[in-house]
Amino acid sequence: MAAGEIYGFLGPNGAGKSTCVRMLCTLLAPTSGSATVAGHNVLSDPGQVRLRIGVALQDAALDPKLTGRELLAVQARLYGMSKRQAAIRLGELAGLVDMTAIDRRIETYSGGMRRRLDLAAALIHDPEVVFMDEPTTGLDPDSRVRVWDELRRLNRDAGVTVFLTTQYLEEADELADRVGIICRGELVAEGAPTDLKRRIGTDVIIVAVDGDAHAAAEAVRPVAGVESVEVHGDELTVAVQDGSRSVSPVAVALDTNGATVTDLRLRSPSLDDVYLELTGARLAVEGS
Amino acid sequence: MTTLARRAGFGHDVASIAGRALRLLPRDGSAYLPAMVAGVFILIINIAALGDLPEFVDIDIDYESYQLPVGILFAVTGLSRAYALVLDIEGGYLDRLLLSPISRVAILLGLMVADVVLVAALSLLVVLVGFVLGVEFTTGVLGVLVFVGLCALWGLAFAGFPYAIALRTGNPGAVAGSWVLAFPFLLLTTAFVPREAMADWLAAVAAWNPMTYVLSGLRSLFVGWDAAELGKALGGVAVLAAVSMPLAFGALASRVRRN
Repeated sequence: MAAGEIYGFLGPNGAGKSTCVRMLCTLLAPTSGSATVAGHNVLSDPGQVRLRIGVALQDAALDPKLTGRELLAVQARLYGMSKRQAAIRLGELAGLVDMTAIDRRIETYSGGMRRRLDLAAALIHDPEVVFMDEPTTGLDPDSRVRVWDELRRLNRDAGVTVFLTTQYLEEADELADRVGIICRGELVAEGAPTDLKRRIGTDVIIVAVDGDAHAAAEAVRPVAGVESVEVHGDELTVAVQDGSRSVSPVAVALDTNGATVTDLRLRSPSLDDVYLELTGARLAVEGS
Repeated sequence: MTTLARRAGFGHDVASIAGRALRLLPRDGSAYLPAMVAGVFILIINIAALGDLPEFVDIDIDYESYQLPVGILFAVTGLSRAYALVLDIEGGYLDRLLLSPISRVAILLGLMVADVVLVAALSLLVVLVGFVLGVEFTTGVLGVLVFVGLCALWGLAFAGFPYAIALRTGNPGAVAGSWVLAFPFLLLTTAFVPREAMADWLAAVAAWNPMTYVLSGLRSLFVGWDAAELGKALGGVAVLAAVSMPLAFGALASRVRRN
């Protein structure tokens, strides 16, 4: 990862995203290999790594008996910050934290408020690198947008490097400068979202058929403008250069060859299409 | 860019953890109220039930004084922030601590500092009840302070066990049940009568129980300064700590590795 970029780490549940994050932030020792974070080796120099990173793990790691303000004060103290520094940082993070509830005990917070406070705790010491392990999972749309805005602001204004794991393709598409796709512990693709999507084609026609999908695919392949056809179950993913021009010939070819089309949609390629092409499975989960 | 984070030093780390634990204490009455009630209750009940015992067995101080350390040690043996620690493990807050640049040892030591403060405060409270019941320290205020300090050290030494259980298991139920460990120490000793008045087997077991020597040391403070008794009491605390502390810090190291 380059300094100052937002890197989206995509993969389904169990792919190894959280394990990777826990190794990079020194919570888990790798069984082999090595990694360097902010210029320091996670195995030989974990203390220096910890000074430079902020981490929001998958589950908000908070003490419910403390108030939001107390939690952030304790967190600042753990990082050797003065009370004045902590107060200034709290002001800077006001967009993220619900200031009207800052003096309430965390046990009274909603899930979204807890998640955002957890994020603020990860950022209180102004880290160089931030690890976010599925930071918006389970959040309401408003909270999700607030987290996205804060991450963008941090990256843009403070140059913070962000390593973000997510199941939400929209999130990676919105935020990440580069994306890595992990499947069964292996990195299967890496690049800018636009570059990865370009692998698929300019547009994608998704066709659901009732019957032999492979025969339908063979019927579509010779159509002018079609770059590739992938079959997944009863669904065809047809990559084309110009969707508006190709959609009619594709529909006609299917009809001519007797395919029963139950659904046909034209859209731009998504990271899910990239994932589908690479792994043969869809990544999209509810909420993405 | 530069981060605001810096290593603040071991003492600062311990103080930060202890500060959080102490701040939370008033909000967690279950951490000390049952122990406080139990200490006072046992003191009063034992005196009421066994107050005439000195007429039958050779006890060189009044029975109120004899029972005061028992009430306190019943209250503070096993009293610790181990349950709070296991909730930190369960809720993920321990991960947050481990992600910070503080010393790992400070995480446990900070909690133990809070334990010492809690046990000392609780001991002092039961001592005040003792004063109401007529207990006197011929060693004066300094004697009271040594008395409370010795109780706090005993509480600290014993706290290693629940911490070890918390860190090894991460199971709140196991920690809650760890109070059972205190029973052999509390009952197989001179809690009610001197060793001379016990059955031979019990007297032999009591001779191996470090609490016996702590009780003797504490009781000695009612009648005067006795360096030998206090030395043996400190020895009893040291023996217990020599067993419990390696268990606790070993469990911490294991938890950090497993994490």
